Amino acid sequence: MARKLPAKDVAIIGLGWTGSIMAYELADAGLEVIAIERGPWRNTPTDFPPNFAPDELRYRIRHELFLRPEQTTFTFRNKMDQTALPIRTWGAFMPPNGVGGGGVHWNAETWRFLPSDFVLRTHLTQRYGAGFLPEDMTIQDWGVTYDEIEPYYDRFEYLCGTSGQAGNIKGKIIDGGNPFEGPRSRPYPTPPQDQPFSHTLFAKAARDLGYKPFPQPSGNLSRPYQNPLGVRLGPCTFCGFCEWFGCGNYSKASPQTTILPALLRKPTFSARDNSEVTRINLDGTGKRATGVTFVDAEGNEWEQPADLVILSAYTIFNVQLLLLSGIGKPYDPVANAGVIGRNFSHQTISSVDSFFEPGKFIFNPFIASGAIGMCIDEFNGDNFDHGPHGFVGGAYMGQVQTNGRPIETTPVPPGTPRWGAAWKKAVKENYLSALKPGTGVHGSMYSYRDVYMDLDPTYKDRFGRPLARITMDFHDNEIKQNAFLTDKFAEIFQAMGAKQVVKHYRKGPYDVTQYQTTHLCGGAIMGTDRNTSAINRYLQCWDVPNLFVTGASGFPQNAGYNPTGTLAALAFWAANAIRTHYLKNPGQLINA
Amino acid sequence: MIHRRKFLLSTAIWLAGTSLTRATVIRNDMPWDPFPSSAPQMERPGPWQFFTADEARTMEAIVDRIIPPDPETPGGKDAGCAVFIDRQLKGPYGSSEGLYMLGPFIKGTKEQGPQSSLTPAELYRKGLAALDTYCKVNRGGKAFADLSTDEQDDVLKQIEAGKIKFDEVDAEGFFSALLQNVPEGFFSDPIHGGNRDMAGWKMIGFPGIRYDYRDWVNRHNERYPYPPVGIGGRSDWTPRKG
Repeated sequence: MARKLPAKDVAIIGLGWTGSIMAYELADAGLEVIAIERGPWRNTPTDFPPNFAPDELRYRIRHELFLRPEQTTFTFRNKMDQTALPIRTWGAFMPPNGVGGGGVHWNAETWRFLPSDFVLRTHLTQRYGAGFLPEDMTIQDWGVTYDEIEPYYDRFEYLCGTSGQAGNIKGKIIDGGNPFEGPRSRPYPTPPQDQPFSHTLFAKAARDLGYKPFPQPSGNLSRPYQNPLGVRLGPCTFCGFCEWFGCGNYSKASPQTTILPALLRKPTFSARDNSEVTRINLDGTGKRATGVTFVDAEGNEWEQPADLVILSAYTIFNVQLLLLSGIGKPYDPVANAGVIGRNFSHQTISSVDSFFEPGKFIFNPFIASGAIGMCIDEFNGDNFDHGPHGFVGGAYMGQVQTNGRPIETTPVPPGTPRWGAAWKKAVKENYLSALKPGTGVHGSMYSYRDVYMDLDPTYKDRFGRPLARITMDFHDNEIKQNAFLTDKFAEIFQAMGAKQVVKHYRKGPYDVTQYQTTHLCGGAIMGTDRNTSAINRYLQCWDVPNLFVTGASGFPQNAGYNPTGTLAALAFWAANAIRTHYLKNPGQLINA
Repeated sequence: MIHRRKFLLSTAIWLAGTSLTRATVIRNDMPWDPFPSSAPQMERPGPWQFFTADEARTMEAIVDRIIPPDPETPGGKDAGCAVFIDRQLKGPYGSSEGLYMLGPFIKGTKEQGPQSSLTPAELYRKGLAALDTYCKVNRGGKAFADLSTDEQDDVLKQIEAGKIKFDEVDAEGFFSALLQNVPEGFFSDPIHGGNRDMAGWKMIGFPGIRYDYRDWVNRHNERYPYPPVGIGGRSDWTPRKG
């Protein structure tokens, strides 16, 4: 029997980026806020100090900072007629765990989506005609525009101190930045990071080919920075242990380094760690959340009543908790009805390995940061005419090499044996002169009728609850997109003077063992129509108005960028709507 | 083993009666403790912790074929790869701690990922026994470690190519584990028991965890001159076996 805790104004499920933003904004409005986090408290001095944080085996290979599949996982299949099987060890993406969430171990690549990404179906239909899109592609407009959330992108970048070069300030195109980006209201808070050798070589080759390369916007800071909350970050030291690791230098933007120190000083805020929310509770009408139930590390069950519930866990767990709580109509791909689980997507990533003359090119790949890199955006979103190519979507692409950690990053030319003297020799010869970008071609994945989430009929978590089930495969559109983009990307490495360029196209079937990114999107998407979306444009649940759902689970499809900038901007946007409208008149913000 | 204990308990919290990880309420200040909450444990030389003497002999022969010695760089054996794997199999990795191990176990497609109920410790135990049995039956009554290096290479190549099968365990799966774990032992921080004297890092020019390259990021196409540093310090300080 759950023990009942004193009621709070707000209960927040998951204390990652969006949970921290929501908690700060709502505590700042004077509300009593509690955040309930499944994983442990984590912080720089105790959990990832520089004297042991850079441990490739422990963090990269054995996944120590992530959720453990034993705690909960999900099942996977490519097609609806297959039996889904549980993911026993992580592969294609890495579900976070603990305070700070994915913000602890991300690369801090801090992008904005294109203005056309937010009105995708309208834009593509107007430009190419409705017949250009595959019949089963279920892309939608977001219900919010780039211009509406621009101020909140700006809020997040100034919270983080993002290092970058603006390409478009209020419509004026700036040399050296991304000329395709939407207009921004002011420059980045700090200048771009310095770039190691291979990245500058990529930029030069790209420029020679007629592209406009620019430094990737980075949450690994180029300068010391104090953010508007008074929290200070230090400059990045290019340690080469960024993604999969916590930063020991306070130089990667994370909830810990930007917001939690200020949040904890709010007298109305508290957090509970090692406590997993198992259910969002509803009243008898099913139209109002009364709070949440959670189980702590000792196995005690608690009920936390609250007037407002913010669901801000990782994409799949947002969707799973909605399904387990009976909120919203589950999506049925056969009937093409229902909303929870609908428009689920990931990413279409590929890369090339390039081998240069040893001795002539010394790249020192270990000198790197998580969000370092020189990129081009000519082939992202709808920045180019898709008419002749027969696909939609795109990618930014770049020499974004984040590390030279040797278990992971010792590329050898094709034809090299996998072991023995020849392998050893090839590793030794090529280590300093080979390039292996992390996410070279960072492609979009659009949504489809048969790519979705629901509850698994067989496999259960440790509480006996059904695991989430993912049904996902690549569709021809994404395969074509990737072939075209990977070829374009490889041309640049050829122009850099590589003696051998090896293309690794992304091909089907979707493989859950191959790491792409942790950018799972959708399943509880935002929109303007309650029949095709789970939440409205303020991230408010259509069916339960005192529940808001933050994070990439709200993206109707994925764009060719990293999602953190956008999901954080949307959290600020939703928090503003709660503060300025909802609190004065609690109820549905949209009269639909 | 502070790190391992913490690691296990933070994930296996629902197991009866062993919890050190407590759910806590955090308010007012960033919690701070003078001691790391998850400090690493250094694996020291010494007796085998997982392998029997026979298994260890086979393993040392295998790791020296996967990464053979050459005049400039030690092979897998002298680099401590067998010691590394021994310590890994004794620890949480060996028993699949933290992985989802509930059934039913059904063989799926390659895209659905590994579905075996076998832990790495069980895989090595069965795989090493099966390898010796195979060699004794088919290679003149000799154990794997007693074959010539050419014969050892031949056996491993045939396992890799799927031409040698074991009865008790998937031979190719065992070989895949070797191809994953031996390079891990060659390239991971020496704190884990392998990469002795930072042999793997020195071979390729990886400076380890120097952590600050601000003075080098703009020095392009120059060889980085400094020797590697690990979590336990410089390789000169690495404890030696025996």
